[in-house]
Amino acid sequence: MNDKRPIVLIIVISLVGVILLTKLFLIQVADDSFLKRAERNAVQRLVDHPYRGLIYDRTGKILVYNNPLFDLMIIPKEFSVKDTTRFCEIFNITKEHLIESYTAARKYSSVKPSPLIKQISTTEFAKIQDYLIDYPGLFVTTRSVRSYPQPVAANALGYIGEISARQLERDTVKYYRQGDFVGLAGLEGFYEKELRGVKGVKYKMVNVRGVDKGSFKNGEYDTTSVAGINLTSTIDLELQRYGEMLMTGKVGTVVAIEPKTGEILAMISAPTYDPNLLTGSKFGTNYSALNKDEKLPLYNRPIMATYPPGSIFKIVQSLIGLQMGILTPNTTYACNRSLVACHNHASPVNLFGAIRNSCNPYYHQAYRAMINREASSNTFKDTKIGLDQWREKVLAFGLGSSLGVDIYNEKSGSIPSSTYYDRVYGEGRWKYSTIYSLSIGQGEMMVTPIQMANLAAIFANKGYYYPPHLIKAIDGDPDRIKPEFRTRKDVGVDAHHFDLIQDAMAEAIFGTAARAAIPDIQIAGKTGTAQNPHGEDHSVFVAFAPKDDPKIAIAVYVENAGWGGRAAASTASLLIERYIRGEVTRPALEEYVLAGKFM
Amino acid sequence: MRQDDLYINKIDWLTIFIYGALVCIGWINIYAAVYDEQAAKSIFDFSINSGKQLVWIGTAVLLITLIMVADYRLFENLSLILYGLFLFLILITPYVGKEVNGQILSIGFGNFRIQPAEFAKFATALTLAKYMERPSVDLSQPKYQMQVLLIIMIPVILICLQPDYGSAMIYSAFFIMLYREGMPQKYYALALTMVAVSLLALGIENNLYLVAGIVLVIIIIILLGKKSVGRIISLSLIGLLAIAYSYSLDYVVSKLPQHHQNRIMVLFNPDLDPLGVGWNVTQSKIAIGSGGFLGKGYLEGTQTKFDFVPEQHTDFIFCTLGEEFGWIGSLVVIFLFCALLIRLIMLAERQKNRFSRVYGYCVVSILMFHFTINIAMTIGLFPVIGIPLPFFSYGGSSLWSFTILLFIFIKLDSHRIQLLGRMS
Repeated sequence: MNDKRPIVLIIVISLVGVILLTKLFLIQVADDSFLKRAERNAVQRLVDHPYRGLIYDRTGKILVYNNPLFDLMIIPKEFSVKDTTRFCEIFNITKEHLIESYTAARKYSSVKPSPLIKQISTTEFAKIQDYLIDYPGLFVTTRSVRSYPQPVAANALGYIGEISARQLERDTVKYYRQGDFVGLAGLEGFYEKELRGVKGVKYKMVNVRGVDKGSFKNGEYDTTSVAGINLTSTIDLELQRYGEMLMTGKVGTVVAIEPKTGEILAMISAPTYDPNLLTGSKFGTNYSALNKDEKLPLYNRPIMATYPPGSIFKIVQSLIGLQMGILTPNTTYACNRSLVACHNHASPVNLFGAIRNSCNPYYHQAYRAMINREASSNTFKDTKIGLDQWREKVLAFGLGSSLGVDIYNEKSGSIPSSTYYDRVYGEGRWKYSTIYSLSIGQGEMMVTPIQMANLAAIFANKGYYYPPHLIKAIDGDPDRIKPEFRTRKDVGVDAHHFDLIQDAMAEAIFGTAARAAIPDIQIAGKTGTAQNPHGEDHSVFVAFAPKDDPKIAIAVYVENAGWGGRAAASTASLLIERYIRGEVTRPALEEYVLAGKFM
Repeated sequence: MRQDDLYINKIDWLTIFIYGALVCIGWINIYAAVYDEQAAKSIFDFSINSGKQLVWIGTAVLLITLIMVADYRLFENLSLILYGLFLFLILITPYVGKEVNGQILSIGFGNFRIQPAEFAKFATALTLAKYMERPSVDLSQPKYQMQVLLIIMIPVILICLQPDYGSAMIYSAFFIMLYREGMPQKYYALALTMVAVSLLALGIENNLYLVAGIVLVIIIIILLGKKSVGRIISLSLIGLLAIAYSYSLDYVVSKLPQHHQNRIMVLFNPDLDPLGVGWNVTQSKIAIGSGGFLGKGYLEGTQTKFDFVPEQHTDFIFCTLGEEFGWIGSLVVIFLFCALLIRLIMLAERQKNRFSRVYGYCVVSILMFHFTINIAMTIGLFPVIGIPLPFFSYGGSSLWSFTILLFIFIKLDSHRIQLLGRMS
């Protein structure tokens, strides 16, 4: 009766075998996701962080280096301590900290290490080193933080910090991981790719509790880290330090450039901060304190602040006028103060006299001649055509757009175009009388201090510049810097036109900025005053020296310090002397500058 | 003396060969499961589980020898005594046994410990065989059905009291034997339907789909057969019962202890709680799945060796095989198990008396149940139930009880000619 039933059972058994083997085939052969999950389980990827590249100044002195820091780690399961009071004494922590950290570590894992004390300095570490063997379950890991032997150039050097979510998203090649440190500002940010080096990876096998079980496949896939590339900065550490000292207690900016190369010798933003504040464990608290500081120490004024160029712009006007043939050294205009205010001086003046005396009416009239050239019988159209043609010539001086310095967030400043006035006043509804303020560097025109310093370099070079930059060699090789920094830019004004300008600037020192004169070093300069609607005007001075073979071009801004001939010219003069002579021979002037507080 | 008359030639060596192969493969996998590259202990090291398993294997060979030289009538005569003895041991285990992982399942002295529930299986098998040897026993009659059920249920109840539901479940395997011995097919049809409805009820989120499906199936059955009023009414009733059952099942499951509930739900959705209840199945599937076609190579597995899979040398020993020997390794072992089961069916069918045949089918039932459930659970086809893979899993009680179970049958089979006269 049951003949069929054994057969049924045999079929069922075979079916079970087939079903099991099919399912096994599906997960073992057809689906490779389990293999990946297995590796995620048992293979731990340990990143070997490379040393970040160092930054040297132009003379080979260290600006930024890596300082080793120690983290005291604890493995709760192995840790035991009999006398907690003594333990806390030795390691200089409170009992609360010990209990808190131990509990947190225990909660995370009893067999994996967690930090007990973070970021112990080398000196602190030396004190506890000998006691470590008395306490099982404690060990030390090393890492490094950025350190600055001289607390200068904070805004130029920038800082590193934990990578943000947005940066992680943008990192399409997936180099970074959560928690990685990246350059966030200044040179650290701009040269992140060079400085960061190459991360190494070690694959370790771990068991389910995370306990190390040796290297994966004998380290076949492991890579060693490659240290970051060292950079040589254009900054002169001594000049930078001296400049920051002079700017103490003031709000302002100094940018000094080597005219022949565009190398930035000093870039000072005052008030500044000690870059050591933004390293290591104190980063968070210090950053928010600096960020809240109403004097804006984190604001990188040399490239981010914009001011009207003021009188200094008259030199640019003179050069454009000369190149256009509208002005000659002999062109004279009366100092007609009904057009625009001026101060007492002989009238009429020729071009030299106009520069020397900074004559406003002269430029009002000269500028009209440059703008209204009868390109159209309609005066509105004529002005529009004239303005745009003139603007092109101004842009060639590196104004109105960022110079491309090797720090992010450089502002472009602005040189207004006809589009701008069309938008404000309506098309065909503005003419020369609307825009004449531009003739003397006022009105809707804004420049950054670095653009001003670059102007000084152009005057020194007689018509060309190299884009200002802060790094002169990557890994010791000057050819590795951005090619733009080694490309000469001509402003479109013939060199011989500059002779008169340079002479006038050299002469002007004795008129408007007598304090700036340096014994034995001939300096050419021009004072300016950036009008400040909120209070005392800003003191501005640009200069280069020595006049015959310029080694340094400089722009100095001191906010709320009034007329440029005082604070700014004095500061510039001291810095020029310091750079060229290597020392300052005028202690009285130094004291005068140091005493000035304009905050 | 003719060659045929040698006792040694009457033993079924094929079965013994498969048994030996499975035990050996199991043993080397136990070594792989506990292998620690840094400690690098030998497979024979008695301080690790592979060394201990070797002792169990050695003693198992001793047991085999004892069984093979014993009188073949002994087991039949001892069946009721053994049944009573192990029931008694199960009963006293909670009071005299040793607690492991919150459960008291084993008794013994010092390191010598056995789990009575493991051994009660073959005692029950012998008792069932003994009972069914009576010519009057006809499983188509409810009276005998009840009596057979009673023999099975007594140990089940006692084991449930321990409580060890996994071991208790194994006794349902005897229904495979009962199927062969003439238990009416309708019970099996009913059981399979209930299993199907259960799986669907638990697996399908919205019970309305299931209701629609049941209604559809019932309508099709009605349309296909003869359309008498009685048949339509009874089929409709069955349909209604199925719907009521599917609804009540959700309710019953919700009343189960949480860890049982979770084990069931994880089957349908392994990602439900991959770090909690789903951990075992998830990790087990990762271990096996990562083996690929040829496996990672012996002792090269990482998942079981580094303890990602819990119970990796006992209930989840198949993971080690799947990880290190891949699909090919799994194929070999599954083939060996299927071959063993089919061979045992063939042996059972050639028995000349009902005692031996029933016992043979009991062996098939228990081995098949363990083999199917254990492997199915490691690959997520069945809820996690803590039962070992026969001959494979680490552990003395398990290896001994399966060895005794199997070799009593090999012994009976070798004497099938002598047992001829008693064929019913």
